[in-house]
Amino acid sequence: MSLFLYSRTLLPGAFLTLLFAGAALLSLVWVPYDPTVLDIANKIKSPSWAHPFGTDQFGRDILSMIMVGARTSIAVALVAVGIGMLVGVPLGLAAAARKGGLLDEVIMRMNDLVFAFPSLLIAVMITAVFGASALNAIIAIGIFNIPVFARLTRGTALSLWSRDYIMAARVAGKGPARISLEHILPNVANLLIVQGTIQFSLGILAEAGLSYVGLGAQPPTASWGRMLADSQTMISFAPHLALFPGLAILLTVLGLNLLGDGLRDILDPKLRRVRA
Amino acid sequence: MRLRKFGSGLISVLALAASIGMAHAKSDIIVAMQLEPPHLDPTSAAAGAIDSVLYSNVFEGLTRFGPDGSVNPGLAESWTISEDGKTYTFNLRPGVMFHDGTEMTAEDVKFSLERARADDSANAQKALFAGIENVEVVDPQTVKVTLSAPNGSFLFNMAWGDAVIVAPESIENIKSNPVGTGAFKFSNWVQGDRIELEKNADYWGEPTKLDKATFKFISDPTAAFAAVMAEDVNAFVGFPAPENLPQFEADPRFQVLVGSTEGETILSTNNKLPPLDNLNVRKAIAHAIDRQAIIDGAMFGYGTPIGTHFAPHNPDYVDLTANSKYDPELSKKLLTEAGHPDGFTTTLKLPPPSYARRGGEIIAAQLRAVGIETEITNLEWAQWLEQVFKGKDYGLTIVSHTEPMDIGIYARPDYYFQYDSPEFQKLFTDLTAENDPEKRSELLKKAQEMISNDYVNGYLFQLAFPTVANAKIKGLWENQPTQATDLTGVYWED
Repeated sequence: MSLFLYSRTLLPGAFLTLLFAGAALLSLVWVPYDPTVLDIANKIKSPSWAHPFGTDQFGRDILSMIMVGARTSIAVALVAVGIGMLVGVPLGLAAAARKGGLLDEVIMRMNDLVFAFPSLLIAVMITAVFGASALNAIIAIGIFNIPVFARLTRGTALSLWSRDYIMAARVAGKGPARISLEHILPNVANLLIVQGTIQFSLGILAEAGLSYVGLGAQPPTASWGRMLADSQTMISFAPHLALFPGLAILLTVLGLNLLGDGLRDILDPKLRRVRA
Repeated sequence: MRLRKFGSGLISVLALAASIGMAHAKSDIIVAMQLEPPHLDPTSAAAGAIDSVLYSNVFEGLTRFGPDGSVNPGLAESWTISEDGKTYTFNLRPGVMFHDGTEMTAEDVKFSLERARADDSANAQKALFAGIENVEVVDPQTVKVTLSAPNGSFLFNMAWGDAVIVAPESIENIKSNPVGTGAFKFSNWVQGDRIELEKNADYWGEPTKLDKATFKFISDPTAAFAAVMAEDVNAFVGFPAPENLPQFEADPRFQVLVGSTEGETILSTNNKLPPLDNLNVRKAIAHAIDRQAIIDGAMFGYGTPIGTHFAPHNPDYVDLTANSKYDPELSKKLLTEAGHPDGFTTTLKLPPPSYARRGGEIIAAQLRAVGIETEITNLEWAQWLEQVFKGKDYGLTIVSHTEPMDIGIYARPDYYFQYDSPEFQKLFTDLTAENDPEKRSELLKKAQEMISNDYVNGYLFQLAFPTVANAKIKGLWENQPTQATDLTGVYWED
C-alpha cells in the first residue's frame, strides 16, 4: 500500500484500469443482456434501471455492449503490445549488442522505415489488403509497436553496455547473447513496463479509431469505436448512444496513462533516488 | 439613449439589407446528394448518380418520365404506332438546339439509338434497345423505328436515362462535357465536390425559373445532417440518415418529402452457391426474416414491405408478403428438411448505404436465431461492384434495385444472383412481345408470383426516398419513378 504514497497518479490509474479490465473479464461469464440479440421494439431508450446506459438503435443494451467492447479493446491492444514487445525487445537487444555493426544498421533502419509511416496509415494499408477484421487490426497495431520497443530497448541497453558490471561479465567470458538476457534485459524491464502501459493505451485508441472507420472488429462483435461511428447521426437526439462508449474510451486511456505515470514514479531508479 | 439610437439604426440597416435580399426570389439552388457520378455520360454507365444530376436537366429522350412515373412526350412531340405494333413514327419538336448550338434532328436520334444498340455499345441497359431492327430518317423532323416484334413497353424504354438523345458532334467529350438539349446546360465540374449547371436560354420548352443549379456531393450522413442544418445546401435529395428526418420535420425552416421509389431492397442471394442453391434453404431464409423489424431498425419506419421484386405503387403489384411471412419455427423445419439441421455459415457482403449496413446487422441476428451464421463484410461501392456484382463472389448481400420495372433482370441467368429458370425466361419473352395491356398485367403478376415462389432473393422493403429541402422551394419531385432530380420546374417561393 505504501507504494501508492510515492505516486499520486498510481491509485486512480490502477482503479480505472482494473475497472475496465474487470468489466471485460466479467463479460466472459456474465453480461446483463446478450449484445448480439436485437430488440427493435426497444430501440434508443434513455438510461433506466433496466438499462443503466440505455439501449442503442437496435435495442441492444449499451452497458452490455461496453463490457463486451472492453474485452475487444483490451484483447486487441494486449496482443498488439505483446507482438511489439516480443519482436521489438529482442531486436533492440541485438542491435545494442552489435552497436555500429551491420546488424545494428539493418535493424535500426528497418525500424526507421516503419516509424516513418504514420501508424494508422499502416493499419489502413494492412486492412485494405487483407480485409477488415479484429485479427488484422491486431497485426497492424502490433507492427507499429515494434520500433517503439526496439528503440527504447536499444537506447537503454547501449548505456548499460558501458557499465562496469557488464565489463566484468564479459571478462568472465559471457557472450553477448547471455549478457543481453541475464544483465541487460532485467535492467530494461522497468522501462518496458512503463512504455508497455502507454502503448497499451495507444493500442486501445488505435483499435477504437480503426473500428470507427470500419476497419476493426466486424459486427456482431461489439467494439467501442464502431458504437461511436454508428451513433454519430443520432447524437443530436440520443446523445447517450455516443456518450457511454466515448466515456469508456476516455477513461480507459486516461487510466492507463495515469497508471503508466505512476509506475514510472515507482520503477524509475532515478526518480526513486530523488524520493529517498 | 445613445445606445438605443445606435440599436435602432442597426435594425434599420439590417431591415434594408433584408429587403434588398427579399426583393427578388432566389434564382439559384444548391442541391446535395450522396453519390458523385463517375463521369457524365448517362448512355454508357450503370451509375444512377449520373441520371440523378443530368436526367431531364441536361439530357432528354424521345419520351420522358413525369413526376408520377407516367411516360410523356419529350423530344418527340407525338408519335404513331403501326397496326402490327412494330413501327413507331416519331414526330420531333422543331427548333430544338443542342447546347453547343447544333440543331437536334432525326439524324441525331438515329445516331443515338444506333450507338446504344451497337455490338460494341457501352450502354448499361442494352436490353432496352434489343428489339430495335431498324432506325430510319424520314425527314429532319421525323424518325421511324422498326421493331423485330411488338414491344408494349417501347415508349417506356425510350424514357430511360440510358436512352437520351446525344449528338455525334459532341459525343467525344461527353464524359467530361455533356452536351444535351435540356433546360440546363453543363457549366463546371469540380471533382469530389460539385457540378454546376446554368440556365439554357435557348431551351425549346418552358424556360426554367432557376438561373443556376449546383449539385453538391456529400457522402457522409453526419456531414449531410450538418450541411442541411447549417443551410449550406438548399435541398438534400435521397437524405441518407432516416433517423434525422423527425428533427427536420419539427423545424419550420425545412420541408421533408418522403416519396416512393422504384428501389426494391432485397437480400440478394447467390442462387448458384451451395447451400443457397437449394430452394428450401432460400425459403428458410425468407421465413427467418422479420421485415417490419428491418424497416423499423434500419430505416426508422420509412419503407413498405414487399414480397416480390415489384414496386407496391404499381397498379400491377401483387402483395406476396404472406408467402414469406416471419416464421422462425417453419424456417428451422425447412432447414432440417434441406439437410442443415444445425444451420450453416455463409457470407453477407454489405455496400455502404445505411439500409444495407444496418439492415445487414439485423438480418444477421435474425438468421442467427434459426442457426444460420453469417460473416459480415462491409464493402465500399467499388469493391461491391467488383466482388459481388461482377465477380459473383458472395453468399448474401443487401442492395436496392432502383431501376423502374426491372423484373426483367430475373430473365438474365448471368445476372449476379444467378437465377436460371427457363420458365421465367419464357414468361418474360412472352411479356415483352405482348401489347395488350390486360394480358401484360396478367403476365406481370405471374412473373411476380414465380420469383416469389422460387424464393430467388429475400424481398425486404421498397426503399423510401427522403428529400429535405428549404421550406420555400417548390416543384421538387417527391417520388422517384426513375433516378432523377428534375429541376426544370423548381422555383423559390417569395
